[in-house]
Amino acid sequence: MKRIHACLVILAVALTGCGGSGDAPETAEGPTGNPIKVGVLHSLSGTMAISETTLKDTVLMMVDEQNAKGGLLGRPVEAVVVDPASDWPLFAERARELLESEQVDVVFGCWTSVSRKSVLPVFEENNGLLFYPVQYEGEESSKNVIYTGAAPNQQAIPAIDYLMNEVGIERWVLEGTDYVYPRTTNRILEAYLKQKGVAEEDISINYTPFGHSDWQTRVSAIRRFGSTGKPTAVVSTINGDANVPFYLELANQEVSADEIPVVAFSVGEEELSGLDTTPLVGHLAAWNYFQSVDSAPNAEFIAKWKAFVADAERTTNDPMEAHYIGFNLWAKAVEKAGTTEVDAVLAALPGTTTPNLTGGIAEVLPNHHITKPVYIGEVQANGQFDVVWQTDDTVPGDAWSDYLPGSEDTEADWVTLNCGNYNTETQVCSGQNYE
Amino acid sequence: MLRAELRVGAPAPGGRWTLGLSLAWCLLLLTGPAPAAAADTGDDAFRALVAEFADANFREKEALAERLLATGHPRVRDVLTALLEDRLFERERDRRIFVVESNDERLTAFRLLDPASLDLVDAVAPDLLRRIITNNRLRRFLRGTIARFSLSSADAGVRLEAARELLRGLDDETIELFRRRAAVETDPDVSYEIETALSIAALEDGDPHVRIEAVERLSGRLNPVVHNRLTALVADTGNGGRVEPDADVRAAAADALWQIDSMRNVYSVLETVAFGLSLGSVLVLVAIGLAITFGVMGVINMAHGELMMLGAYTTYVVQLWMPDLIGISLLVAVPAAFLVAGSIGVLIERSVIRFLYGRPLETLLATFGVSLVLQQLVRSVFSANNRAVVTPSWMSGALQFNEAFSLTWNRMYIVLFALLVFALVLAVLRRTRLGLDIRAVSQNRAMARAMGVRTERVDVMTFGLGAGIAGVAGVALTQLTNVGPNLGQSYIVDSFMVVVFGGVGNLWGTLIGGMSLGIANKLLEPFAGAVLGKILVLVVLILFIQRRPRGLFPQTGRAAESM
Repeated sequence: MKRIHACLVILAVALTGCGGSGDAPETAEGPTGNPIKVGVLHSLSGTMAISETTLKDTVLMMVDEQNAKGGLLGRPVEAVVVDPASDWPLFAERARELLESEQVDVVFGCWTSVSRKSVLPVFEENNGLLFYPVQYEGEESSKNVIYTGAAPNQQAIPAIDYLMNEVGIERWVLEGTDYVYPRTTNRILEAYLKQKGVAEEDISINYTPFGHSDWQTRVSAIRRFGSTGKPTAVVSTINGDANVPFYLELANQEVSADEIPVVAFSVGEEELSGLDTTPLVGHLAAWNYFQSVDSAPNAEFIAKWKAFVADAERTTNDPMEAHYIGFNLWAKAVEKAGTTEVDAVLAALPGTTTPNLTGGIAEVLPNHHITKPVYIGEVQANGQFDVVWQTDDTVPGDAWSDYLPGSEDTEADWVTLNCGNYNTETQVCSGQNYE
Repeated sequence: MLRAELRVGAPAPGGRWTLGLSLAWCLLLLTGPAPAAAADTGDDAFRALVAEFADANFREKEALAERLLATGHPRVRDVLTALLEDRLFERERDRRIFVVESNDERLTAFRLLDPASLDLVDAVAPDLLRRIITNNRLRRFLRGTIARFSLSSADAGVRLEAARELLRGLDDETIELFRRRAAVETDPDVSYEIETALSIAALEDGDPHVRIEAVERLSGRLNPVVHNRLTALVADTGNGGRVEPDADVRAAAADALWQIDSMRNVYSVLETVAFGLSLGSVLVLVAIGLAITFGVMGVINMAHGELMMLGAYTTYVVQLWMPDLIGISLLVAVPAAFLVAGSIGVLIERSVIRFLYGRPLETLLATFGVSLVLQQLVRSVFSANNRAVVTPSWMSGALQFNEAFSLTWNRMYIVLFALLVFALVLAVLRRTRLGLDIRAVSQNRAMARAMGVRTERVDVMTFGLGAGIAGVAGVALTQLTNVGPNLGQSYIVDSFMVVVFGGVGNLWGTLIGGMSLGIANKLLEPFAGAVLGKILVLVVLILFIQRRPRGLFPQTGRAAESM
């Protein structure tokens, strides 16, 4: 008897749960008609939930805003949210669900490169459209993906330039988590540094496992590497959870930013919000957007975001801006094409421009990357970044790095060449590259 | 420069006081009393210069700081220190620049001091002020500049810091400063640093004998600057010649380098062992709770990590409740985390585990489910974002033995804490009635029941104890890693590894096992790298378990045989 009662209770909870989600799209006024469906493919549970939940909220906010403006093509926009739970194969399954059963018109999603690689075949098979908002290692250009995050030449290379020319760094530690993004980025950076005349013994490359939490040995080694009298910097591609213990250990071993600065490519406002930043003041991050950038669209965006999540403490960050840009680009391209049909939108996208949040213009390039400004920020005691350097103009994203053997002759162009992997030497398009 | 020295070289105990006074006297005689009117115009010019910080970029700020130094105004040091410490603000209303007494974020109003007189002018809400920001380069410059003033501070600690700072960027001017300071310095530590600096300077002396003497004095000094200078001395110039023309000096330098290197090696071994012990103590700490629930009760508790996570979040909540008492918040958090995690543990035991005793596979799956529920619960209550747990000041920083060897305070406290927890758990198991019951039930449940032990109650208490200890471990982890929903997952494998390696059911095994795994990991890491090191340790562990399936310290006796 007891068991039956328990089952009933569970059933009741499940039913109310379903009822709750059912009344979400009901809006009193606004556009009517067959809704345009926007898929949101971000982890809401598991390891990546910390970063990706915010992006889901960003897309929902953009959808709300679009509906308030009267929808798109006179039709309401509806978000379809799924949870791939930080599980890479599940990303592919959920993507298939979005494209095949939900028949969404566009998907905003993925964070890690491995999740993107996992959904790529699904998008190409179903001819879907994915907006990918995170800085990544490059070496890829798919017909079905628009990369609104930074390619290495829009983040890593300018950061090295800044350290080398403005700070006078001569010795380099490339410290990363052991997976595809840090390994590829560090390969590019190593080639770039050597080309700039940095000697082999002045570069130290190290990898640690995901979630590495005991940094004593590494920080001590970095300190020793930096004690030769030559100015030394750490270029960090350490990912996610491993960052907090890394910075804590730096602080504890009293490695300060004016002795050995650390420039990070995956530490933003959101990551710092879990950290007491007083000992980190002066460490650097390279991004295409900082919450602290002083511009009218940014102030407006921050205010809207805080109102949307009803939390004045919440921060904004770079991938959020990428979704903001991505959504606006997509909306413009849909309006230009007059349809949400993927091929028409893809044809309309290259050349489409939209203002970014820092006062510049983002344009979709034929290689499916966009133009972005590059900022270097220093961590402040309040958890924000002060911009200490920025590029004069926006930098066009380069899908295939010019500093890697085998990649410097490759070009992506979906307008004239209709190829994401065109070899300029042999003049052959070797199809799309999943490597 | 001289006037600033006069100001800061004020009261000091004993003989140095009179020395400072007589020095001040001489200087006063030399400069003579400044006319009041001149001081006023000096103040105005100084204020005008400081006002330029409002619109300057980083490069201009550095130039501005140099111009301020050139004025010789007595408040230069205070203004530059304020700039370095983020205490220089611009009042938005009239764009005037002030030094702020304290920039503590909890203050509702900042007390504004006039830069030239340091008199209190106004108290203003922080959001009506704009901070004058600095960058790394500027901070490095300021630190070096301020160190020059601080070299004549009354506080020996400040002088020592300043001397070490100045050693990093030695030039003719700082060497001259050191030379002047050497004559009056009484503190042995500061004198040691000054001697290092002067010896490095003497390496450029024309007389080879002076150079050899300097090299000999430098031999055995661990400051990296010394090492770099000596290395440069023995190097060749690249075109066949030598940097150091004299062969004797080169030989002496090579000797000194060898001596420094061998000392460095000794300290680096010490350091590795210390790192290993500290990693080991973390492993022990996270495994002790499991040693009780898994080791003694035989319950495979996959939610063990989440109980640690609850302990960590308890610390966060405790800090929210007592923001003014961060120093003792951790001490309060320890019993609080024990209670929170312990009662959740009791709840899990009563609602899930008691139905599954003797069915390890089902316990594993059920507790894994519980762990997911707890994670999502925390995500719903606290959001998926990491929470910031503040490190109390007594736990931050490092205990510096010398330039090559230092131990960080937080690691040392965690080693002590792990040993303390271990001793307490051991005492509970050995010396209390509860401990007796626990041992009786774990050795022979049926017999214990026949002797009148209420085994169900003992089960609850044991599981609650193990869970509570996990919570206590969580408090320690807040000082090492992220406080987030995934905190537990990253430690669950490690804790099972330690318990299995040490020998199920043996607390001493957990201690020895944890420490040896920690040290093995740290010994391997410098050679094999963190990734390969971990793999190697796991492989060795698997082989070890193949040879000795019951771990380092297997339980013996009939009860153990039947397990």
